[in-house]
Amino acid sequence: MNAESLIQAVKDRFPQAAFASHAYRGDATVVVRRESLLELARALKQDPGFQMNFLMDLTAVDFSAFGTKPAPAFFASSGVAVRPSTSIPDKDPWPGPPASGRFVVVYHFFSLALKHRLRVEVPVEETDAEVDSLTSLWGGANWLEREVWDMFGIRFRGHPNLKRILMYDEFEGHPLRKDYPVNKRQPLIGPNN
Amino acid sequence: MEQPKLQTREMLLNVGPAHPAMHGIIRIVAKLDGEQVMDCDVEIGYLHRGFEKMSETVDYNGVIPYTDRLNYVSPLINNMGYCMAVEKALGITVPDRCHYIRVIMSEISRITDHLTCIGAGAMELGAFTVFLYMIKAREFLWELVEMVTGARLTVSYCRVGGVKGDLPEGFEDQCLKALQETRTVLKESDILLTRNRIFVDRMSGTGKISTEDAISYGITGPFLRGCGTAYDVRKDCPYAVYDRLEFDVPVGTRGDNLDRYLVRMEEMHQSMRILEQALRDIPDGPFLAHPETGRAIPAAEMVDQAKMGNIVQIEGARAVVDPTLDGASEEEHPGIAADEKRVFLPPKEDTYGNIEGLMNHFKLVMYGHGVRPPKGEVYFPVEGANGELGFYVVSDGTNTPYRVRVRPPCFAIMSALPKLIIGDMMADVTPTFGSINMIGGELDR
Amino acid sequence: MTSRLDEAIGWARKFSIFQYPFVTACCGMEYMATACSHYDVDRFGAGLPRFSPRQADVLFVVGTISHKLAPVLLRIYEQMAEPKWVVSFGVCTCTGGFYDNYATVMGIDTILPVDVYIPGCPPRPEYVLDGLLKLQAKIKNQHETGERSAPEPRPEFSV
Repeated sequence: MNAESLIQAVKDRFPQAAFASHAYRGDATVVVRRESLLELARALKQDPGFQMNFLMDLTAVDFSAFGTKPAPAFFASSGVAVRPSTSIPDKDPWPGPPASGRFVVVYHFFSLALKHRLRVEVPVEETDAEVDSLTSLWGGANWLEREVWDMFGIRFRGHPNLKRILMYDEFEGHPLRKDYPVNKRQPLIGPNN
Repeated sequence: MEQPKLQTREMLLNVGPAHPAMHGIIRIVAKLDGEQVMDCDVEIGYLHRGFEKMSETVDYNGVIPYTDRLNYVSPLINNMGYCMAVEKALGITVPDRCHYIRVIMSEISRITDHLTCIGAGAMELGAFTVFLYMIKAREFLWELVEMVTGARLTVSYCRVGGVKGDLPEGFEDQCLKALQETRTVLKESDILLTRNRIFVDRMSGTGKISTEDAISYGITGPFLRGCGTAYDVRKDCPYAVYDRLEFDVPVGTRGDNLDRYLVRMEEMHQSMRILEQALRDIPDGPFLAHPETGRAIPAAEMVDQAKMGNIVQIEGARAVVDPTLDGASEEEHPGIAADEKRVFLPPKEDTYGNIEGLMNHFKLVMYGHGVRPPKGEVYFPVEGANGELGFYVVSDGTNTPYRVRVRPPCFAIMSALPKLIIGDMMADVTPTFGSINMIGGELDR
Repeated sequence: MTSRLDEAIGWARKFSIFQYPFVTACCGMEYMATACSHYDVDRFGAGLPRFSPRQADVLFVVGTISHKLAPVLLRIYEQMAEPKWVVSFGVCTCTGGFYDNYATVMGIDTILPVDVYIPGCPPRPEYVLDGLLKLQAKIKNQHETGERSAPEPRPEFSV
């Protein structure tokens, strides 16, 4: 299925849950509420119309600093493409970061039989950063969710073993959040330089 | 007399972060019953270098050296994947010649990756000669890479909107010679390993995984192909010019270590086939021989003349630059770069010769300026040596990326490691771990 | 008489280096290339890696060291018996490289004394052999003079 028909099929199936969608640059994307995530994922995996047997990637984005960096005013048009290529679609503009919620948990699904991809985004508030875990459907979600917990601090309900994976246990804070400075070190041994 | 009942206990063995296997830093805490592994806990993260955080602090072209060091045995594939993701965000494509150059360099990288994997895996099983032969073949390929890019390992060759420089003179002959050497080495290693009783006994039947488990963990690449599923991003979601090139995707049947070894050996032959086709089909031939139009003047002199305003005198002249900047002069520029002034640096004759070129150059390298994709998010998958290597780039319209995420292929494979080694003996962990081709830079980023 | 004996022992020590290659990252590929047939390191007597710290005398720290791995590295260094030397291979171990972030140790000389620094990202095999020759000169001098030239203290600077 191409991007538009895929988005339409998801929206037909889950009209309340999938409240926004776009196909920026040809990538089919739907934004869903976190309560319906597990149901949607199960349908994507088992429904013969979708057959998304691969959970390719599970990650998160922290949108708290979006748009805060000033661009040089009088060279506003530099660096953008003048002669866009016809093979990369550009009809559907990107709607922007989510209206509410600091974090967005991003899932990339792929179907081997039908060869289509879908991106599912779940906006999450900072104060209640918790999403359902997909470990019951895909084994690969185990480590991917641990990494999101380690780097962002988003909890996953129902995860069997939610602890740090890339950083050590004594580390405090979540490094990929925008308010964690890039060179704030917490060494176990050695000087703090 | 009654035989006293033997009390057995399970032993906890810590295959610690520093261990003799050549494949990087990992910690496996295995619970053994005699020699058999009953349960294991895998701990990673010992090479976490903060790639994703660092890429938020530099501009789009500055992320490229960090991508080199992700899968450091096949750096050109990472470069290419990242650049194609940013080009998708910008909405541009590069000319065909540039696609062919990128494909050629990617396939060379894929061959070096498989050589290192099989060589190191064989050495861990005791076949030291095979390791030396394969590293010898790898040296020929690295000399080839050095000829084009200037560096052996961490190349930073691709740029957003093209590649750094064109293929040099003599590349085709050297490439064919290197392929011939590689074929000899592969034939010798095949004789030494594939029908070797010890090698086959240790590799077959160990590290088995079923296709359903592999797909559930998100495993792709030679690992999945060893289980029987023919998923190759180059064939199923083609990018660059792979849809014009003819090659087969080797597939195994049983999903054990021996099948993965055979798949990798055959993939190297297919990569060499792609290389030969690409060298034949590349538009304008492997070396863009330009006739000697105009006189050649050193770049510094060109700059002096331009500063004094003698534009008419230096028009049509060729700038002779430092060898590290070579390959991006005016004749080669349309072949290696997208026709986008605002994304790719202008040819050196324009930079040194007239003020518009200089301003163009400055607008791309000055702090705060540079490549600026419109606000949006894209995901672009390429076929890395271990599987699907995807780049997810979120842009906020400024010159630094807002978020760069690498979908690492061997992360998925390592998360399935407990499934692979539980039930096998302790000595089987070595060939299994060798056939995973775990690269620390990609696993921990 | 003693000085000839010292010279002989110094010569023997420098040409029989048992290295412990603590390989983590990309520099490991260049280490492999140096150890193999093209740029053979065996002709300098350093071709036999010992994968146990008790049996090794030179600790080659190859590749980036993260803060998670630093205690492990220190423990391995402490397990080695005297005389021992440390070679810092690659710029990530010398000063941290361009990974100036929360996860990387900015140079292993903050936790261990280092004898020879081999910068490069990754260093070409020729640089590695140059570093090895400097190490051999240091080993030879150490036996003759009886004193170990102290590794230079790291200048204190605030980031």
